[in-house]
Amino acid sequence: MFGQSGSSRSRVALAGALGVGLVLSLAACGGDKKDDSSGSTDAASAGIDCAQFSQFGDLKGKTVSVYTGIVTPEDTPHKKSYEAFEKCTGVTVKYEGDKSFETQILVRAKAGNPPDIAYVPQPGLLKQLVDTGKAVEAPKEVSDNTDKWFGKDWKSYGTVNGKFYAAPLGANVKSLVWYSPKEFKDKGYTIPTTLDELKQLSDKIAATGSKPWCAGIGSGDATGWPVTDWVEDFMLRVNGVDAYDKWVSHEIPFNGPESTAAWNAVGDYLKNDKFVNGGIGDVKSIAATSFQDGGLNILEGTCSLHRQASFYAANFPKATKIAEDGDIYAFYLPGKDASSKPVLGGGEFVVAFADRPEVKAFQYYLSTEIWANQKAKASSGWVSANKGLNIENLTNPIDVLSAKILQDPNAQFRFDGSDMMPAAVGSNAFWKQATAWITGQDTATTVNNIEAAWPKK
Amino acid sequence: MFETASTTPEKLLQMLSALLLFAAVMGVILFIASRVRGKRSDNWVGYLYLLPVVVLLAVGLVYPGLRTVYESFFDAHGEEFIGVDNYKTILTDNDQLVVLGNTIIWVVLVPPLATAIGLVYAILVDKSRFESFAKALIFLPMAISMVAASVIWKFVYEYRVNQPNVNQIGLLNQIIVWLGGEPVQLLITDTGRLNTLLLIVVFIWIQAGFAMTILSAAIKAIPDEIVEAARLDGVSPWSMFFKITLPSVRTTVVVVLTTLAIGTLKVFDVVRTMTGGNFKTSVIANEFYSQLIRADNQGLAAALAVVLFILVLPIVFYNIRHVRREA
Amino acid sequence: MTATPVATTPELKAPAPSASAIAKKRLSSPWASLVAIVVAVLWTLPTFGLLLSSFRPEMDIKRTGWWTFFSDPQVTLDNYRAVFDEETGVNLADFFVNSLTICIPAVLIPIALAALGAYAFAWINFRGKNILFLAIFALQIVPLQVTLIPLLTIFVKIDISGTFWPLWLAHSTFALPLAIYLLHNFMKEIPAGLIEAARIDGAGHVSIFFRVMLPLLIPALAAFGIFQFLWVWNDLLVALVFAGGGDEVAPITLQLANITGTRGTAWHLLASGTFVSIIVPVTVFLLLQRYFVRGLLAGSVKG
Repeated sequence: MFGQSGSSRSRVALAGALGVGLVLSLAACGGDKKDDSSGSTDAASAGIDCAQFSQFGDLKGKTVSVYTGIVTPEDTPHKKSYEAFEKCTGVTVKYEGDKSFETQILVRAKAGNPPDIAYVPQPGLLKQLVDTGKAVEAPKEVSDNTDKWFGKDWKSYGTVNGKFYAAPLGANVKSLVWYSPKEFKDKGYTIPTTLDELKQLSDKIAATGSKPWCAGIGSGDATGWPVTDWVEDFMLRVNGVDAYDKWVSHEIPFNGPESTAAWNAVGDYLKNDKFVNGGIGDVKSIAATSFQDGGLNILEGTCSLHRQASFYAANFPKATKIAEDGDIYAFYLPGKDASSKPVLGGGEFVVAFADRPEVKAFQYYLSTEIWANQKAKASSGWVSANKGLNIENLTNPIDVLSAKILQDPNAQFRFDGSDMMPAAVGSNAFWKQATAWITGQDTATTVNNIEAAWPKK
Repeated sequence: MFETASTTPEKLLQMLSALLLFAAVMGVILFIASRVRGKRSDNWVGYLYLLPVVVLLAVGLVYPGLRTVYESFFDAHGEEFIGVDNYKTILTDNDQLVVLGNTIIWVVLVPPLATAIGLVYAILVDKSRFESFAKALIFLPMAISMVAASVIWKFVYEYRVNQPNVNQIGLLNQIIVWLGGEPVQLLITDTGRLNTLLLIVVFIWIQAGFAMTILSAAIKAIPDEIVEAARLDGVSPWSMFFKITLPSVRTTVVVVLTTLAIGTLKVFDVVRTMTGGNFKTSVIANEFYSQLIRADNQGLAAALAVVLFILVLPIVFYNIRHVRREA
Repeated sequence: MTATPVATTPELKAPAPSASAIAKKRLSSPWASLVAIVVAVLWTLPTFGLLLSSFRPEMDIKRTGWWTFFSDPQVTLDNYRAVFDEETGVNLADFFVNSLTICIPAVLIPIALAALGAYAFAWINFRGKNILFLAIFALQIVPLQVTLIPLLTIFVKIDISGTFWPLWLAHSTFALPLAIYLLHNFMKEIPAGLIEAARIDGAGHVSIFFRVMLPLLIPALAAFGIFQFLWVWNDLLVALVFAGGGDEVAPITLQLANITGTRGTAWHLLASGTFVSIIVPVTVFLLLQRYFVRGLLAGSVKG
């Protein structure tokens, strides 16, 4: 699981990195804040139909507590996006961001002290929370909204044991490769549309004497999670989405031929001394480099390609222009052939631990397209799988790219597998073994060890 | 006074009222103790004095501890009794054996080295003109949180590839490069347990100040007459150390070693923040955390905690024997 | 030989070696001075590197070692400004107050309780004393982590979560085994004759504790108090669990951990933030050090 695993870990990291970017220059910070507030003022005055909340009764003076792993400064747009709701209903939303959310939410739920609402970044954690018996099912209004605005797959991630608990909130796309548009233009490289072309491109760059790929998987005690994203992406591409689903639910073993093939395909890049680790060192240096620093060498020109999710945008220095014609941009990690389009991604889900009317009303608000658009206007580096999200409300080119990929009817979206595997695998053995694999352990041992860690029942 | 305080005056007020409440409780205990008379009064006063301690410890440590022992015989979610399977895992699983081995390396190296450095340094700076300044330098790391200590040492251990236009930012690797060597990825190299040893250095760096402060005080307690008499007898510095200083501070050394050994067994922050327990550097306390929180394996985590209990027993027994012999 | 404090006032027994004695000693051991200096430098260098780094611009920190400062001195206060800036949401000032509010009771309460308890173990004869003492000693090894969920459940049940109370109670509890053990060792070394004399005069345990024991113990209490203060001030784990994530009660370490990102990238902020966070503990130590060393274990060797 990511947050316990990657996705939330990285989202937290993203927040930290954004913080860095922001404090880099005080002027920039001030500027950002102004942008946020002006966005929200628009929101509040945008004329939202307050009548839709009357179905929940008179909520004036009530309070809803929200607990999340989204911290400064990413929390500001969130808080701003609630203003319209607060104005309409008179409810106060008490927001609490905590970097150690993923562990604390479990502790708090088990101890009987959960918040009203939590934003859970992985289905596996959602299941653990439901198992504590403290989570409450989503109200019908929210379920209907989810049917209306989200795909079936997204609704299924918020469903545990056949009951729908959590509506999707934000989303991110992981199947991205970061590159320098300028370098590609100067050297005449083209964006690959199949896995074979990706390999050819890598060989071509390697032939010039520089190492094409750079990577970093260091993330404190979550070290190793970026490798799991690589493996999942290649599992989707080498074996297809059906095999991927079976692999995640353990209908096919982790040490079976499909899994081994995916690991080897990743190894062709990450364990290939000709391909890595551009500007950083040898293969092993991947394990010693923090994931935030993993792709920065593209700006230095010592590395050309870096596979990492959309949220990686926040790690580039503030002055970096992220655009198709800028310093840095990303392309979709191609499918096996140009016609298949699997997308690996993640997101958060809104789970409630109380069923008071004001809590329901807030859940309802978050599941609407109104909120998705308010949030889009207030923030940068954020997208949602909400079909009502208007791409024009997104300002950041990477967000636009992500939203387009998410809304592409041909795309086959799959949730980050390690977020859905049991914790003993998804947030422990998978990471640890992936790290050991990078530092020299062979593929057979690695997949066997992970298979052995799978809980017996 | 039990509400959340959000402004500074509210916080200070809450703190003050807590202290007053505590003082009142203590006052009641002492008042009753002063009224106790009779043959058995010692018994009653003893129990009264220990009452708050025992209550806090029973609720805060004993009950959770016993629960842990109980849980160690159950599976990951505490649902099914599985006997000693968790202990078998700790003693047979390759990863867990590494964890156990590392813990032993830590507890064998840290207490003696930190104590030795603290003792030698305390003697060397004793009564020198810059004593308090010199001591403050060694003590300083203790005032720094382990998260920060890890960052400080990242500036020592950090690795950068040996390429033109790339500078080392870690001091140790820079020294290696200045001496003409190739920079080493220090924290991921487990050959000869290098990375574990480097983590141990950080912990000693933090703990030597503790040893030094306590031992320095003990050295000062050695009467000048004895030192002076020995000096007049022409005792060499070495025998002064072994025949006068060391025996005089022996009790204190045992206290320091014991405290350090227990602290070392529980080491968690340094490992967690510097390597996350990766690259074969994990120790029991860190593995406990990662099994409980990350792997969601409550049973194995509990068993690891029990193993910690078991490891501390020899230290407890040694201390008892030592204290008895002294008495 | 047993180190035993003599029951006179420490001031009278405080060693006052003559200047000549010091000079003689120092002259006789140039090697000793050298070793001491080497150790001191080794111990200080890493921190010094961080201190220098905290004043260097962010990109310099990430691209070159701190020693390049000497060839290319670039100084900025931006890193410090950033950790006190309300706009970035990283304002350390509030967390500073929280840390103080947590620390003061979390130091005073266990010291008072442990002094009373240690006195009982050292000088009162009651049934079950040895077993109880060993049991408390052994509790030092209970890993904090095992207590977290059961304790939090209790705090929630009695409805004090989200306040400072869980932190005060938890820190006090966790400190007791070590505090009792150490204070007991100090108390045990006070000559029995003193207590006997007071008992013959008709003093009860309450007045012995306050009139005889406490004045002698002040140095030991101060010493332990400093250590406990540092442990609480620098604690992250207990705060993580019991501060409930709310900014109202979170200590400075928690906020420091938050601004690190997930390690690595925000080094410049951590460098300045760290120095902000260690100002208090270092000051406390430096102020109390003299008193602390003069009094701690003042005594003589009894043959």
